[in-house]
Amino acid sequence: MSLVLLTAVVVLGILSALRVQAAGWPRFLTTGLHRNLALMTLVFLALHIVTAVVDPFTHLGWLTAVVPFSSSYRTFWLGLGTIAFELLLAIVVTSLARGYIGHAAWRLVHWLTYASWPIAVIHGIGTGTDTWSAWLLAITVICVVAVVAAIGFRVTAGSRDPLKEPRTTFQAAAQRRETR
Amino acid sequence: MTRLLDGRDLTLGAEGLAEHVERLGPLPAAGPSFIDVLVRSGLSGRGGAAYPAGLKWQSVAAQSNGTAVVIVNGAEGEPRSLKDRLLMTKRPHLILDGASLAARAVRAKQVVLYIGEEHHAARESMARALAERTDEERRLVRTVAAPARYVAGASSAAVHLVDDGIATPTTAPPSAHERGVDGAPTLVQNVETLAQVALIARTGSSTGTLLVTVAGGVLRPGVLEIQAQTTVAAAVELAGGASEPPDAVLLGGYFGTWMKAANAWGLPLDHDALRARGLSLGCGVIGVLPSSRCVVCEVAGIMRYLASESSAQCGPCFFGLRALADACTAIAERGANSEDLQRLRRWSAEVSGRGACHHPDGAVIFLQSALTTFPDEFAGHRAHLRLSA
Amino acid sequence: MRLAVDRIKCDGHGQCAELLPELIRLDDWGYPIIARADVPDHLVPMAQRAVAGCPVLALALQQRTG
Repeated sequence: MSLVLLTAVVVLGILSALRVQAAGWPRFLTTGLHRNLALMTLVFLALHIVTAVVDPFTHLGWLTAVVPFSSSYRTFWLGLGTIAFELLLAIVVTSLARGYIGHAAWRLVHWLTYASWPIAVIHGIGTGTDTWSAWLLAITVICVVAVVAAIGFRVTAGSRDPLKEPRTTFQAAAQRRETR
Repeated sequence: MTRLLDGRDLTLGAEGLAEHVERLGPLPAAGPSFIDVLVRSGLSGRGGAAYPAGLKWQSVAAQSNGTAVVIVNGAEGEPRSLKDRLLMTKRPHLILDGASLAARAVRAKQVVLYIGEEHHAARESMARALAERTDEERRLVRTVAAPARYVAGASSAAVHLVDDGIATPTTAPPSAHERGVDGAPTLVQNVETLAQVALIARTGSSTGTLLVTVAGGVLRPGVLEIQAQTTVAAAVELAGGASEPPDAVLLGGYFGTWMKAANAWGLPLDHDALRARGLSLGCGVIGVLPSSRCVVCEVAGIMRYLASESSAQCGPCFFGLRALADACTAIAERGANSEDLQRLRRWSAEVSGRGACHHPDGAVIFLQSALTTFPDEFAGHRAHLRLSA
Repeated sequence: MRLAVDRIKCDGHGQCAELLPELIRLDDWGYPIIARADVPDHLVPMAQRAVAGCPVLALALQQRTG
């Protein structure tokens, strides 16, 4: 469930950056959903972590939720999950504090989503129980396809800021050249 | 009465330090108390905004505790203006005196000579003059080349270049006198203003003259030093008179106002007097357009220039000026109908005041004055015959 | 409270105009025109949402000066 939500969040984030808009679908909806779903993802993630830790079968301590690779059960795959969780936490916290840290710092941290999402996917695949249902497989595949498609779309579409190119051109001309 | 351009013949090279001191006496020792003298003199800036120099120095001095920076603005980005270059080339020591006085008055730790990168003679002259100055002065001063862009002469662009290497305007507040280079209070002052300061320090009052550049259809285009309140007609006469009967005068450079020549002749060349009439002297360019030139084509060409000189930081300026310039060019091809004029009016109103600097505002003033002064020419214009490839 | 746009940061995303159409509309190129900078009291919460909604933090609500 967390993965589905996280996937939706990533895709909406990319659509926001691309300023995608349709009749009857204003852009603030895309960004608004992106934010609300991100917060919901954190909630579901918290649930996921709690249920995993209290699961008697896995013998996970609370420490494993914050210190990567500290579990004895599926150390590596679980550690990835911890990392993905912490990255996500940093992203959400900096977004909430955007007014205080400024746009540049926020943007820098936000790029970590491109790390957090694949790590979460791999974590999911690596820690899945030995019996993988077709259902789980289908969901994972759909999520991966959605994000890959969105990234492909973004990479091919290029910057949607209409001023980007003329600004760069002018700045090159207005820059200090080497003086004697 | 001393004048800025007194002294060595202007057809010769720069006036050197020895000649300068012999003519005017040594640079008076003056510190922060000089600011009161400056305020009493009533000197207003010569960079275009005509802001009272004394008040500016007061603001910077108030915030400085030895940290201030002085930027000597010799960028002269206005294409038809020549006065700053003339001063830098022929009277560099007047400027350096002014800079030195400024540095002591505001207790500056640094003086930056901000000179247009293409003003080669001016840069060389200022460098040679600097080499003649005292060690103390030379330690304080460094020279930075201003890129050859229209906006590079704006205060915030100057600060931006010195700080980060890019001469684009920045958002105010804060303005330069509050937080400029390295966050320090910065005094950005035009070279002509500083030259006046050098004389005020010796005589207690300004010369009562100002430098203007007469350009276009006159027999002797170039820089004139005129008494304040001299009329446009008198200035044009001093420049040899019009080469052919002019239709239009552009007063104040590319951010200035168009007017019918007949209405221009009696205007006094004085910032306050012009401001009272809703006009602006700007950096003192008087453009005389002979009747053989076409005002519509001229306006379209200058609008295209101003649009291309937008620093592309703000959408309304970049896109708005381009749309206005394209529309002017289209009108130059076939004359304007009421829709064209409506669009021009709408875009002008929307663009003005919606940039981070005054570039779009100035362009709009320029265009609106042309449209109001020459409506028939715009309405009836057709493309001129092109005679050659 | 007054609305202020940092014109250099503004990239014409247009979300402010979607969230506060009473006071903000877009010009022909997608950049905001603030019809009235003074925000009436009943619109302050919406204005705050618009400020939070700007992707590049170009819109600000300031105390009226003077």
